[in-house]
Amino acid sequence: MEIGLNHYLVLSTILFAIGLVGVMRRKNLLLLFFATEILLNAVNIAFAAISHYYGDLTGQMFAFFVIAIAASEVAVGLGLLIVWYKRHGSIDLDALTTMKG
Amino acid sequence: MFEAVAFYLFAFLTIAMFFITVTTSHALYALTALAAGMIFISAFFFILGADFLGAIQIIVYTGAVMALYAFGMMFFDTTRELKEKQGNKLIVTGLATLAAILTVVIVAAPMVSENIVAFYPAIENVGNTQNVGLVLFTKYLVPFELAAVMLLVAMIAGIVLAGKKMDISITLLDDKEIEEELNKKVLS
Amino acid sequence: MEKYLYIALFAPLVSSLFSALFTATPKKLFTGIVASLLIFSAFVSSSILLMHILEGGEPIHVTMMTWMATGDLYIPFGFVVDQVSVTMMMVVTLVSTIVHVYSIGYMDHDKGFNRFFSWLSAFVFSMMVLVMSDNYAGLFIGWEGVGLCSWGLIGFWFHKESATWAANEAFIMNRIADLGMLIGIFLVYWNTGTLQYDEAFAAMPYLDTATLTWMGIFLFIGAMGKSAQFPLHTWLADAMEGPTPVSALIHAATMVTAGVYLVIRSGALYDLIPNVGLFIASLGAFVALFAASMALVNRDMKRIIAYSTLSQLGYMFAAAGLGAYWVALFHLMAHAFFKALLFLGAGNVMHAMHDELDPFKMGGLKKVMKWTWIMMTVASLALAGIFPFAGFFSKDTILEAAFAEHHFVIYGVLLFTAGLTAFYSFRLVALIFHGEERYKIFGIHPHEAYRFMLIAMSPLLILAMIAGIFQEPFFNMVEEILHAHEYHIHSHVTLWIMLVGTQVFVALAILYAYKKYANSRITVPDGTSAIENSFMYKLLFNQYYIPYAYEEYIVKPYREISDVFWHKVDLKIVDATVDGIAGIIYGTGEKTRDMQSGNLSTMLRWMVVGLITLLSLAVIFGLAVKYSDEILALLSALGV
Repeated sequence: MEIGLNHYLVLSTILFAIGLVGVMRRKNLLLLFFATEILLNAVNIAFAAISHYYGDLTGQMFAFFVIAIAASEVAVGLGLLIVWYKRHGSIDLDALTTMKG
Repeated sequence: MFEAVAFYLFAFLTIAMFFITVTTSHALYALTALAAGMIFISAFFFILGADFLGAIQIIVYTGAVMALYAFGMMFFDTTRELKEKQGNKLIVTGLATLAAILTVVIVAAPMVSENIVAFYPAIENVGNTQNVGLVLFTKYLVPFELAAVMLLVAMIAGIVLAGKKMDISITLLDDKEIEEELNKKVLS
Repeated sequence: MEKYLYIALFAPLVSSLFSALFTATPKKLFTGIVASLLIFSAFVSSSILLMHILEGGEPIHVTMMTWMATGDLYIPFGFVVDQVSVTMMMVVTLVSTIVHVYSIGYMDHDKGFNRFFSWLSAFVFSMMVLVMSDNYAGLFIGWEGVGLCSWGLIGFWFHKESATWAANEAFIMNRIADLGMLIGIFLVYWNTGTLQYDEAFAAMPYLDTATLTWMGIFLFIGAMGKSAQFPLHTWLADAMEGPTPVSALIHAATMVTAGVYLVIRSGALYDLIPNVGLFIASLGAFVALFAASMALVNRDMKRIIAYSTLSQLGYMFAAAGLGAYWVALFHLMAHAFFKALLFLGAGNVMHAMHDELDPFKMGGLKKVMKWTWIMMTVASLALAGIFPFAGFFSKDTILEAAFAEHHFVIYGVLLFTAGLTAFYSFRLVALIFHGEERYKIFGIHPHEAYRFMLIAMSPLLILAMIAGIFQEPFFNMVEEILHAHEYHIHSHVTLWIMLVGTQVFVALAILYAYKKYANSRITVPDGTSAIENSFMYKLLFNQYYIPYAYEEYIVKPYREISDVFWHKVDLKIVDATVDGIAGIIYGTGEKTRDMQSGNLSTMLRWMVVGLITLLSLAVIFGLAVKYSDEILALLSALGV
């Protein structure tokens, strides 16, 4: 059976939805970051798929830069998380409601 | 035919792995499943003929990022089971499903134009890596350099945020002075 | 010539504004002097204009600028000086000047000295606008202005509750009548398309009688309020709470005559509806008798004079109603002089007796206050209509007019009232100035007023004596504009019987008053004598119980209704609605505040909700774009 662009896009959407579930569900900050990674990867698949089916390298470039940015984001995010943990002793989301409106 | 088999296999695996990541209560399992998922995504890149991207995915994502997360897990002592107070599960799954359906509707609608012109078409008869290299260092040079700067900044930020007190330079002092500094700290 | 018009019109305004600068400061003598000088300049300008008109000059017409020009409505700020208005101007400015000078002395020790002059000059300005305007709208502006200044002046001593109550009563009664006047003005505009006098009157003969009748009635209702005709008369007596110069200016000479002025000005209208005129005349005669009867037994000096004013206003309306507009105007002029003189004299007496108002507690003052005695006696003689003083010429002409037009009932009523007038005026004079000095019991030490106040009053004294000789030139001046005609009784014998008979009747009344009240047996009545407890006395003393009826049957129920409206409607419905809307907004804010819980997880969920919203919008718009043709067809089928 022919695998078309639509298949990849549906797959990407499903993965994105799973990532959304994770983002909304997780109360531990570290695991929240995991869910964010899932989101980014799903989008990468979509980019690569479109790039393949249109013969255009732009999609792959995009995915490439997304990976770079995700890496730096993880570095900084974990650093911040460490500082927070040192100060508050916990990384549970329900505990860090200091910006209550 | 092989392509279809590979696609479905890896699709199923990826979805299963990511599902474990978001639903398990063991942090270690989540990490492991995430790493596995990354690998399978790189498989997709190889199927789509994006060799360079697939390799990069394995090295950077699975290698570096997951290692970072592993260190983070050790630091935060999350090997125990997590106690997570869950809100309304229905809302969460409902919202996600809705988002997915809408996206599929948008995307699966008849394509706006069938005659999209490729900006940076792949050159025939050369490998993917060569193509990527050609485009990356000519058309995407500036973003490339900027990404490099950004990575440098992130690295420094990581060091500053996570490092301990760095007013003593261990490399420039000799052993006796280091001992004094440490003792001073213990007594004070 | 126009500059005299502007001076006469705006000098009072300048005076008022100048005095208004000093209202918060203690008494400054120069405010009074400057105000008097400015009003005097207005008087000089009015006199020059009067000379100009008398010599046969053309009426002066100026249009300063357009007030409203919307659609078909065109109302300019226009002023006209013709024979009628120049008469009024002269009267108003003359009496105002005298009152201003008098007030410098009268309000000598008052804290609100500066404020008084500001209000007084503002009143003069409003009155000038009223009489000089050339359209009904300007008249109405002046009308309201004099109502306002009268309120301010009656309630001048605002810390006295009786004064503020009287001021409110005056203003509210005026307002009620103004509603009628406004309806009349609307009718004029609606049917003639303009509010300018000349254009409106030119168009009126072509309208049907019913419309004209309504116009006349409604305009007269306005006049009824301002000139205190029955049933809107109670405010005039209560208005004596204000300082006496105020009573002299406003309630003798100017404001109360505004109603008469309105009827005279609209003479062209009332000529076309003689039935309404007859009604006005009858009402005037009734009021004359009604007021005179109440003055017979009153024990408040100023109130007696106030009822006298009311009575004479009745005379003026009787004359105007019969079509004798020039006679009404002439009587207005003469009455202004001697009534103002009476009030100012009463002011002197009040000051001397330390604000005591009961004439029974005075007596024998002619020894101490010679000049005031002379002035008040002359004024009373003029009021009674004794030859050769001013009142004779004007009042007798009114009687002649009534007789010549064959309205014998009105004639009889007016004649009887003349006798009553003489009686109560001289009752007052006798009680105050003759007989024994009853004031000594109360330990009061009276003295004559300041010399300059007496000098200020002297022009009025002279005019009260000689104004009669102006009748002939006056007649010639207004002959054309007011369609005036002299009244001829058919036979000379009848005429002589009338004249002499009236004089004898009046003289008898005066002598009877003197006999009864100028002897030494008068004591202060203390409510026990037989006369005081008789029915007629009680009826007259309580003003026919009319104020009591108003209070019981109109004011109290109205207050109840207002209370109900306040509590049930305003608080419960209107306020509740507004508060409810605010409450809803507050509530919404409170609920949405929970979105900002600071909990990252919740916020992430809201973010996904937002994402879904945007996606749905994208889908909807995409569909709309794709099926735009069909959507347009559908909408046009629905008629949008």
